[in-house]
Amino acid sequence: MKSTLVVLVENKPGVLNRVASLFRRRAFNIDSLAVGRTENPDVSRMTIVVDSDQLNIERLTAYLYKLVNVIQVYNLTATPSVDRDLALIKVQANDESRSHIMQIVDVFRARIVDVNSNSLMVEITGDEEKIEGFIEVLKPWGIIEMVRTGLVSMARGASSLLVDPIPVSDFNRITV
Amino acid sequence: MKKKQTGAQIVWECLIREGVEVVFGYPGGANLPLYDALPDYPIHHVLVRHEQGASHAADGYARSTGKVGVAMTTSGPGATNMVTGIATAMMDSSPTVFITGQVASKLIGYDAFQEIDVTGITLPITKHNYLVTDVNEISSAIREAFYIARTGRPGPVLVDISKDAQQNAIEWEYDDSPIKLPGYRPDPTLSRGHVQQVVDMIQSARRPVILAGNGIIASGAMDEVLDFAEHTNTPVAMTLLGLGAFPASHPLALGMMGMHGESWVNTAIQEADLLIAFGMRFDDRVTGNVKTYAPKARKIQFDIDLSEINKNVPVDAALIGDLRHTLRQVIDFIQPCEHREWVETIQQMKDEASAHSILTDSGDKHLYAAHVIDELWKCTDGDAIIVTDVGQNQMWAAQYYKLDKPARFISSGGLGTMGFGLPAAVGVKMGNPDAEVWLIVGDGGFQMTQAELSTAAQEGIKITIALINNGYMGMVRQWQEFFYDRRYSATPMRNPDFVKIAEAHGLTGLLVTQRADIEKTIQQARQTEGTVLIEFKVEKEDSVYPMVPAGASLHQMIRRPVPNTAFEKEEAQSKAK
Ligand SMILES: Cc1ncc(C[n+]2csc(CCOP(=O)(O)OP(=O)(O)O)c2C)c(N)n1
Ligand SMILES: [Mg+2]
Repeated sequence: MKSTLVVLVENKPGVLNRVASLFRRRAFNIDSLAVGRTENPDVSRMTIVVDSDQLNIERLTAYLYKLVNVIQVYNLTATPSVDRDLALIKVQANDESRSHIMQIVDVFRARIVDVNSNSLMVEITGDEEKIEGFIEVLKPWGIIEMVRTGLVSMARGASSLLVDPIPVSDFNRITV
Repeated sequence: MKKKQTGAQIVWECLIREGVEVVFGYPGGANLPLYDALPDYPIHHVLVRHEQGASHAADGYARSTGKVGVAMTTSGPGATNMVTGIATAMMDSSPTVFITGQVASKLIGYDAFQEIDVTGITLPITKHNYLVTDVNEISSAIREAFYIARTGRPGPVLVDISKDAQQNAIEWEYDDSPIKLPGYRPDPTLSRGHVQQVVDMIQSARRPVILAGNGIIASGAMDEVLDFAEHTNTPVAMTLLGLGAFPASHPLALGMMGMHGESWVNTAIQEADLLIAFGMRFDDRVTGNVKTYAPKARKIQFDIDLSEINKNVPVDAALIGDLRHTLRQVIDFIQPCEHREWVETIQQMKDEASAHSILTDSGDKHLYAAHVIDELWKCTDGDAIIVTDVGQNQMWAAQYYKLDKPARFISSGGLGTMGFGLPAAVGVKMGNPDAEVWLIVGDGGFQMTQAELSTAAQEGIKITIALINNGYMGMVRQWQEFFYDRRYSATPMRNPDFVKIAEAHGLTGLLVTQRADIEKTIQQARQTEGTVLIEFKVEKEDSVYPMVPAGASLHQMIRRPVPNTAFEKEEAQSKAK
């Protein structure tokens, strides 16, 4: 099962390496990882998508908390949230095919960001499903190059992960 | 008041603020500024003979005193030589700080002479690490390093300091404002509801067993565990590193569990209906096959480290936090329990097992390590600090030296590092100058870090060494005997004259070849000034019993054959295969 973890870390050199190294060492596979700045200059935010069962996600969360620079870990998988990935796709296009492709781009509410006599570059944002669908439709026209940023995710509603962290005492629990 | 200080001076100032009295180390190009400043400070530096020795010595110092142990080396090979010692400290949660010199910051990343990515190499074997290239950041890194090393689940922290950061001078004054580590939570607190459920499980158990681990010693929760055990009349099994966390002479003490645990201990665990784990992590050497581990028992785990919960063995309840506090809260809610029948059942198993004991075998006059360690226990009133190496010597030490006090069994458990013993013993003695420190070591492991005899001699300290010479890498030979048709591949050793080696260092060497000489030689060694090495030439092909073969269920033990029934030994071995 795919899970989306949001990890808030101290904005310091080497922290990304610590997190990535943890995944490798404990044999977890990263599906995608996106890092960026937040409303607080001392804090960076990682959105990590992992393919793993629930028990292992709990293990992973506990390991992440052991890293001194990790401030909060939030599992957004079951939380109503907005998920966004961004892709840049360069696709073959000639005078004949260009208008067909532009129609598809319209339908998916993507954007053309570069035009050339033999190609088009398209930008699309959306959740996983939308982007996958778009890529499938474009494939027959000939994809030359593609890049994706990886998913970023944010819970709906007015609360902030930094301001309303999960109380640590919740880690004490009974499983039966 | 601010004073002009170099980075090197700031390091020593900070160490003094942390209460450091002893540092184990070795100089080189990238830490010369540190060594240049050292003579001006009231810190005793122990010059080891190999940086691995410095790392184990700091670890031994830490384990035996509870204070943070400190080792320092130069960059490159000096730092990589400590890797084994840092990993050893990590696996056994030993509060240690390692300070390594690094090449000048402008050279970092250019493969400079003796440049190596030390923070990269040690990332998975430290609790945390720092690369400091700015003199202004030295003091905060060192303060945080000590704080992280000794709080929560303790562990090693490394601080790598570039040479220019050591050399540069700034106007500086010690900053003791609160440490800011927003992501570090050393002591989570618990909620009342969980406590009640744990109490109910304990109250309704009929065959409970306490599993006592190193976390009890790290937390200083010996009194709480004793109270709990007596209050609930629950027998106590110990992990290797938990030895001493509960007094061995107490009627509720069962002994060691696991691969070389006593038969009644492992049987009790397999029969139990409740396991209460205090600061232990269900290591595979403790559980055997996890699928068949304690099948009838519900399990409660007390640990300060959330990531240990449900890691190896799924538990029914967990309380996270410093054991001293969590246990106190639980005890207050528990009514006294009896468990008389259960305790008697275990006692019966214990009595039956004595037939297998080599100590009670009067027919066989050979010299066994068991006799040596049993005699050592008697001669020292069980009051020495025992440092061990790894292998059969370690397991025999664990089985026969029965400790009543914590932090007196200093042994590499998680990593099983041969060569740990001698340098660790140096560290233990430096931290406990008035204690009687014994090293129990094999002929193989001794030769791995033998050079530290020089360190002991230079320091003029007294360690007493019981070298169990069986002419083999005994523990590996035992596995070859049991599981590889006795093909003794690369385990026999042609050894040097160990007595002469001691003498070559200006130390005393003694030799024992028969049982009758054990006691008087131990007493002679105790009375001799300075470090003494006793070489015990023991039975070459003795094995550690009982043994749960790796991956077998905990109750499937190979037992020591009852004297004079050699065929049972054969039978036991064929069963194990
Ligand atoms: C550094 C290291 N290398 C190899 C091993 C594997 N090993 C475990 S016990 C052992 C034999 C130890 O022999 P010795 O020191 O003579 O002790 P004995 O078992 O004979 O008491 C070996 C090689 C280890 N634990 N550590
Ligand atoms: Mg040996």
